[in-house]
Amino acid sequence: MADLTPADPGPRHILRGPAGGAALGGLIVPDQPCRAAEAGPRAALWLGPDEWLLLGFAAVETPFAVVDVGHRSLGFRLAGPRAAELLAGGVPLDLSPAAFPVGTCTRTIFEKAEIVLWRRAEAAWHIEVARSFAPYLCDMIAAIAAANGIGGQER
Amino acid sequence: MTAFRLPSGGRIDRGRTLRFRFDGRSYTGYPGDTLASALLANGVHLMGRSFKYHRPRGPVSAGAEEPNALVAVGAGARHTPNLRATQVELYDGLSATSQNRWPSLAFDAGAAGGLLAPLLGAGFYYKTFMAPGGAWHRLYEPAIRRAAGLGTVPGGPDPDTYTQRYAHCDVLVVGAGPAGLAAALAASANGARVFLVDEQAECGGGLLAEPEALIEGKAAAAWLAEALAALAARPGVTILPRTTAFGCFAQNFVGLAERLTDHLAAPLPGLARERLWKLRAGRVVLATGAIERPLVFAANDRPGIMLAGAARGYLARWAVKPGTRAVLAVADDSGYAAARDLARAGVAIAAIAELRPHVACETFGLPVRPATAVVGSIGRLRVAAADLRPIGGDSVGGGGVERVPCDLLLMAGGWTPSLHLFSQARGKPVFDAARAMYLPGEHRPGEAPDGLASAGACRGVFGLAACLEDGYAAGEARGGPATGRRFAVSGDLPPAGGFEGLVPGSPARKAFVDFQNDVQAADITQAVREGFRSIEHVKRYTTTGMATDQGKTSNINALAIAAGALGRPMPAVGLTTFRMPYTPVTFGSFAGHARGELFEPVRRTPMHAWAQARGAVFEDVGQWQRAHHFPAPGEAAADAVARECRAVRQRAGLFDASTLGKIEVVGPDAAAFLDRLYTNSWARLAPGRCRYGLMLNEAGFVMDDGVVGRLAADRFHVTTTSSGAAAVLHHMEDYLQTEFSDLRCWLTSVTEQWAVIAVQGPRARAIVAPLVEGVDLAAFAHMSVAECRVAGFPARLFRVSFTGELGFEINVPAGHGQAVWEAVWAQGKAHGLEPYGTEAMHVLRAEKGYIVVGQDTDGTVTPDDLGLSWAIGKAKPDFVGRRSLTRPDMLAEGRMQLVGLLTDAASAPLEEGAQITAAPPRTGMAAIGHVTSAYRSATLGRPIALALLADGRARIGQTVHIPMPGGSLAATVAGPVFHDPEGARLDG
Amino acid sequence: MLLIRCPVCAMDRPELEFRHAGQAHVARPADPGAVDDAAWAAYLYLRDNPKGVVAERWRHVHGCGRFFNALRHTVSDRILATYPAGASRPEVAP
Repeated sequence: MADLTPADPGPRHILRGPAGGAALGGLIVPDQPCRAAEAGPRAALWLGPDEWLLLGFAAVETPFAVVDVGHRSLGFRLAGPRAAELLAGGVPLDLSPAAFPVGTCTRTIFEKAEIVLWRRAEAAWHIEVARSFAPYLCDMIAAIAAANGIGGQER
Repeated sequence: MTAFRLPSGGRIDRGRTLRFRFDGRSYTGYPGDTLASALLANGVHLMGRSFKYHRPRGPVSAGAEEPNALVAVGAGARHTPNLRATQVELYDGLSATSQNRWPSLAFDAGAAGGLLAPLLGAGFYYKTFMAPGGAWHRLYEPAIRRAAGLGTVPGGPDPDTYTQRYAHCDVLVVGAGPAGLAAALAASANGARVFLVDEQAECGGGLLAEPEALIEGKAAAAWLAEALAALAARPGVTILPRTTAFGCFAQNFVGLAERLTDHLAAPLPGLARERLWKLRAGRVVLATGAIERPLVFAANDRPGIMLAGAARGYLARWAVKPGTRAVLAVADDSGYAAARDLARAGVAIAAIAELRPHVACETFGLPVRPATAVVGSIGRLRVAAADLRPIGGDSVGGGGVERVPCDLLLMAGGWTPSLHLFSQARGKPVFDAARAMYLPGEHRPGEAPDGLASAGACRGVFGLAACLEDGYAAGEARGGPATGRRFAVSGDLPPAGGFEGLVPGSPARKAFVDFQNDVQAADITQAVREGFRSIEHVKRYTTTGMATDQGKTSNINALAIAAGALGRPMPAVGLTTFRMPYTPVTFGSFAGHARGELFEPVRRTPMHAWAQARGAVFEDVGQWQRAHHFPAPGEAAADAVARECRAVRQRAGLFDASTLGKIEVVGPDAAAFLDRLYTNSWARLAPGRCRYGLMLNEAGFVMDDGVVGRLAADRFHVTTTSSGAAAVLHHMEDYLQTEFSDLRCWLTSVTEQWAVIAVQGPRARAIVAPLVEGVDLAAFAHMSVAECRVAGFPARLFRVSFTGELGFEINVPAGHGQAVWEAVWAQGKAHGLEPYGTEAMHVLRAEKGYIVVGQDTDGTVTPDDLGLSWAIGKAKPDFVGRRSLTRPDMLAEGRMQLVGLLTDAASAPLEEGAQITAAPPRTGMAAIGHVTSAYRSATLGRPIALALLADGRARIGQTVHIPMPGGSLAATVAGPVFHDPEGARLDG
Repeated sequence: MLLIRCPVCAMDRPELEFRHAGQAHVARPADPGAVDDAAWAAYLYLRDNPKGVVAERWRHVHGCGRFFNALRHTVSDRILATYPAGASRPEVAP
């Protein structure tokens, strides 16, 4: 009903500067707040007006500031019909499709961990969390799932 | 069939019999019962002893307002005290006990405390039990605390699981009575997200106890079932029974406590017992109803005396006759609905004492005595008779008292709108003088949040039709046309009338106002006599309306009695503030999953597993777990630290510095930005070089430090203290976004990108060299940085030292940290490499006089105080904190300066934080400083300490004194660098 | 928990994502060296404490990361407006 699995550990970069609207690796860096742009294996997630998380770029050719953060965080995929309910156990945002439509991404918190949350499909989410907070996040999600009777697909 | 259960009716499931125990005795009940209804069905009214006087008490209500019937359920760690028996749902095997009695409920030794009653009146703890001095704490308080009070705390950690959830909706409706149901129907008509919550197991509120009423031609129960089915069918609607809206906070943020398993005999293991909802609503409709008021007369607290509406509820919902022969004390029309229902159920109505001179509503041919008060009762563990006395006009009449035998005495004193949540949301109640009730005021801007409306009885609207219509109008969307929806209702008897204060002709003694806190009318008049004027002061002095009860049944009567004693109108006396929670919420719900391992995130470095396998002892440093020392089997901590220090000084040590904060500063103006944020100059730092950076706040005090490496003209790798990482990034972003927004540079936290492996000691170069590709280590000077490969992985190699020895810090991507660490370890074995922990790191840096920000500094320390003036770029016109360094008090004499302290070589290390005095300490002497760091130095063979000392540098060579637990120690003031002051060892 | 409109994200977001950052519109002097001691001390330490509307800085630290300004009423605790750092204080009805 909701499954948490590690996402592909591809390259990650932080892009900073006035890069909104720029073409980069086959996609347009999103200028609109809290939106993600995807092109094949690559994605650019708006984190702030001069800050994007780039996923899947082997190298980034741009005049703006780029920092390799490939090992800074870990990515997880959370999917299933009760995924949003599970996330509501720790995320204070309104995650209804109207308030948080597919393609929305944002930094936020999950209980005491900061995360980047990206809705990739109605019932599929990508979560980025700083490496040292990953065990906390996974254990917390497991605890919330158990307490609310939200099992994985196998169960 | 139990003695007082009616043969049919009620909302119970008679197909199944439940067994339960109360105080060890076995009883039976049905699914749908509460503990209170099941006990009443068995003829048990005595359910508790009162808080102060140990008076026998039974349930006065049938709901959340119950002040008397507080019981404990469960045993051991699952023992839950102070539950209202009126809300405890029955399940098979339930075991409950009464509270505050010994040895038994029927024979309570503490009731002798009733003999002490004259000593335990209002404010007794301020006045009695005072002498002899100190006896209060030693003798009286412990004894009184044992005698008074509620239940006992459970015996172990809570074994249950609690969960929490955020939720968002368009409209939250609190209370699923007629007004709330209608509001939810209206609000959800167009697909809006609606939450309907009710504290009871069953939705319906007052509709559950309306056997006669018809709504739109249907019995109330049938209409209720249809309404709930219609709501449940709407996809946007969430209905939560057993859910208490306990707190209403800013901007319609409402706390909901949902009880998930307490009503189940065998809950599924692992599922949460309770769920705390943190709900944000666009609009809130409060349909919280009204609470019936008791009448205040002498001995109005015996078992068998209850609210008229509660008796109606027991009849209609649980088919329980609460007695066989009833007297009713009535001041409100709704009392006659109770009398009618009781009479139809076969309860004899002995008398209806009507306080008012005339009754306007139908009285169903019952024996009504107008202008008559109940002024007392008799009985021991159950009421046996009521004392009736005629009243004439406004004054006490001359008629004598008539004693009417009964086993049930009902009070219909009128209804108090439930304003708790409205008040918590900062709504301002206003007094309706005509009806003597506080009602929700207008929601003026600044006084109550937008989108908070009250509907039905909680705003003084009574009667089924009016409540349904009021609720429907409140639920309709804002901005749209009001439909003016009407509801056809017949057969209900709306409340009208009411009385507040002490019943005329009754003594004030033992006339209870607040049952839970055992406050009598006499206590309130006494408080006024003693000079208390504000109701807030009367409340605290008498304890009326305090604690978990929050004045649900008592506050209006208390207010009226206080107003009467003061000779002022009720609104002039004021209304006490309602505090959250509405009813008690478990600590478990508030804690949620934040217990044990999940209380705080535990952050571990990439090399944690290696240290763990090696037997490291860890310490918590903020959220991080860091290896403190690596003891050999059987080795004491101090010995391990000394061994680790010697290894670093003589051969080499390996240290996990991954928790260091790291920020990558990138952009054409990166150097200019660092020039403004650090005291040092960065413009002429060549790429490939590092510098120790000192960061001040604008007030000129040291806030952080760390090594900064320049990777390229436009790229710096900044390190911060482990604990300061987030604050430094915040500070930098602040200046970059606001004051220095002209600069083109950007910041990225890379703390977790890089694992940091420090290799320190004279053999460090020999250990690291074979692993490094792309840097000539022979030419790699102290304070250099290079991007290269180490052990085959991309790396940023720093040559830096926090020990005073030749040292390298290898930064590798975190995922490769363990592999590189193991490669260095393998390489170092032949050189005598040993891992060292944070304690050895601290000793080594203190031997060199290197400060730790936050330990040797405290937010009042300048660079000069630390002897770090050399780190200030004198030629820079400005940097954050510079202007403050020339304020007069920053240049004054007597500032605390960092020095070393040397005690006798054989003495124990000083205590960090210990005060310093100029002469051997004695009472009245002022301290001239304090110890900031203190260790035993294995290298020097003596204890060393760093201290902040007034005019410290001028005192070098002098003797100071440090008071310690075993007597004071003398110390010689020294410079802060104890080891290798020339820095000769940095090159190995 | 307050609900705060982030002017950058253009969304109402929970207070948990924000960090308060003191009084707004306290500009750092362009040339601190030219400011006398009393004025500098006032810049460092003297802050308003009115009953009523205050302009204060917040940072959407667990969101877009931006500092911005908010007008908040200290009696009702209501945030009446939020606006970007650097913008002038808007007029609002208290």
